[in-house]
Amino acid sequence: MNFYRSHVLVCAGAGCVSSGCLNTMEALVDENAKLGLDREIKVIETGCIGTCDLGPVIVVYPEGVFYRNVTTDDAREIAREHLLKGRTIQRLLYRNPLTSQLVQTYGEMEFFNRQLRIALRNTGVINPEVIEEYIARDGYEALARVLTTMSPEEVVATVTASGLRGRGGAGFPTGKKWGFTFRAMSDQKYVVCNADEGDPGAFMDRSILEGDPHAIIEAMTIAGFAVGANQGYVYVRAEYPLAVKRLQLALDQARNYGFLGKNIFSTNFSFDILIRVGAGAFVCGEETALLASIEGKRGEPRPRPPYPAVKGLWGKPTLINNVETFANICPIILYGADWYGRIGTETSKGTKVFAVAGNINNTGLVEVPMGMTLRQVVYDVCGGIPNGKEFKAAQTGGPSGGCLTKAELDVAMDYETLIAAGSMMGSGGLIVMDEDACMVDMARFFLDFTQDESCGKCTPCRIGTKRMLEILDRMTKGEGREGDMEALYGLAENIRETSLCGLGQSAPNPVLSMIKHFRSEYEAHIREKRCPAGVCQALMSYNILANKCRGCGLCARVCPTAAIFGKPKEVYRIERKKCVKCNACLEKCPFGAVVRA
Amino acid sequence: MKTVEDLRKLREEVRQMTKLREGEAEVRVVVGMGTCGIAAGARETLGALVQEIAERGLLSVVVTQTGCLGLCEREPIVEVNAPDGRTLYARVTPERARRILREHVQGGVAIEDWVIRN
Repeated sequence: MNFYRSHVLVCAGAGCVSSGCLNTMEALVDENAKLGLDREIKVIETGCIGTCDLGPVIVVYPEGVFYRNVTTDDAREIAREHLLKGRTIQRLLYRNPLTSQLVQTYGEMEFFNRQLRIALRNTGVINPEVIEEYIARDGYEALARVLTTMSPEEVVATVTASGLRGRGGAGFPTGKKWGFTFRAMSDQKYVVCNADEGDPGAFMDRSILEGDPHAIIEAMTIAGFAVGANQGYVYVRAEYPLAVKRLQLALDQARNYGFLGKNIFSTNFSFDILIRVGAGAFVCGEETALLASIEGKRGEPRPRPPYPAVKGLWGKPTLINNVETFANICPIILYGADWYGRIGTETSKGTKVFAVAGNINNTGLVEVPMGMTLRQVVYDVCGGIPNGKEFKAAQTGGPSGGCLTKAELDVAMDYETLIAAGSMMGSGGLIVMDEDACMVDMARFFLDFTQDESCGKCTPCRIGTKRMLEILDRMTKGEGREGDMEALYGLAENIRETSLCGLGQSAPNPVLSMIKHFRSEYEAHIREKRCPAGVCQALMSYNILANKCRGCGLCARVCPTAAIFGKPKEVYRIERKKCVKCNACLEKCPFGAVVRA
Repeated sequence: MKTVEDLRKLREEVRQMTKLREGEAEVRVVVGMGTCGIAAGARETLGALVQEIAERGLLSVVVTQTGCLGLCEREPIVEVNAPDGRTLYARVTPERARRILREHVQGGVAIEDWVIRN
């Protein structure tokens, strides 16, 4: 046998790949070989570890030392100093942004030790391309147990008792969905995994598929047994090539071992899974549009009922769950519904993965028990707001959700509490904004996204979102009018109530919630033609402060439109009409005399 | 893969692939790799330990390094951290390292002649 005294994990999630981790790994492997360490040290490519802004990331076991932003030269130094001589390289350690302390090991990082990883249990720990590493961590044990000791009814009952709810956005009880599909009478049923993750900023489904694809294969197979299906489909977007590649590899390995195919574990149960690659339309994350797309039709939603559990893919009963939902299934089977039910809150059981982005120190993926407060997630787990800025708001639920303000920092992050606070869980995108964010511009950004992604089938969504976007666009350009906010409210209400699917029904949410919480900012844009946060370029005006200007003329020289006049040693001035608000003078002035308002 | 037993057998075989990352070690063997240790041949000692562990299939053992312990004259120093306590060995040549693994780690009996005492 081979014995490796040290395992070196190199995060190879898509985030770290784009920051150059493959070169880092190559350098490490090369240096190890030069030092004769290659038989003692195993270098493992893993899925996303979660600290995406610190990539390339390397974790050295057994010590558990965590190195961040590792260049190729750093990697060679790690081989020479740490792997050969056991000396930790302090320079490459993570520094806690709040305490400025260096953190020696993975386990001491608050970012990790405040998390509870169930859906992400293997992501960033195992090599997703080696099925044996999955098996070593109890992989396929849940499937074995289900097929040999449980009836479909018992599986459905266990999932129901766990209290697991859909992680894709709506939060529908998973066990109920399984029960509906189980009870539907048909000669043919299907299981579909929704991996058409489209919310801007959310990437937990991609990370799970990239980092632990077998967890999804195993859970879908269990679902197939429970509801009586023999065929599964994973609908994954084409923008996730690494996820597609690793999933395909995992499917081949699972077939080779007999975890997929005919008579699994010598039982009568047969099941297989195919990948369907979507073309990247946001609306295809809506289940009926997704099913239409698998059938080869246009990705457009249809009215429900009938629900897919009754009439789904090719008119047959179909169970459709999100990636993160499936990722919770095997632990529920292995450790029981009671265990799962003890995590989280009364109505929201288990954990939720959040993709944290925006103005925050540790961006990346975190999995925490349901009910943790926004403050804990932002400050304790993710290290707070950078550059000493103030927290202003957090958008949850992506373009379908709403924002939470400073007053709501202590709101518990679970399905019901978030809805009561005027937002929603959604798929778990969490975008943090500091004091410099303009809430009109933010609302415009989200609406621009949903408007662009509207499939166009129903009028309220197709035309209504367009009209709303036009109003917001005008506001950011200083052309807002009295009555605009009332018009936004009216449109929003109509779109909400009459759109065909969730995309339209939820599209006005960010606008409504931002007006509700930051009304004065909207009023400033409309009445005073002013952007309090200083984001909307068209509303800016530049001035030179007479008491600070020394008359050096640098501003006039960098101005591309010759809008600045003056004589050396005298105070310069800006001609408003000619100014294109490019900010060049402000950046250039050495005395801070140019101001923007 | 025909039966559940096949799966469990395979899992036992591949357990070691990820075990090191889960921190479940019964015995920790620590080699002093300060400049003094390396000069006295600690690199070879470490290599011998890793090889012997592989040959004997000692899955519950973890090997790590440490810096100078202050007893440079008696390097290479190897520390064995077993459930029954901590033992320091002096002047551990590759041959001695192999014997320590066989007799102390596997056999449970410390080799008193080489142990560093107060």
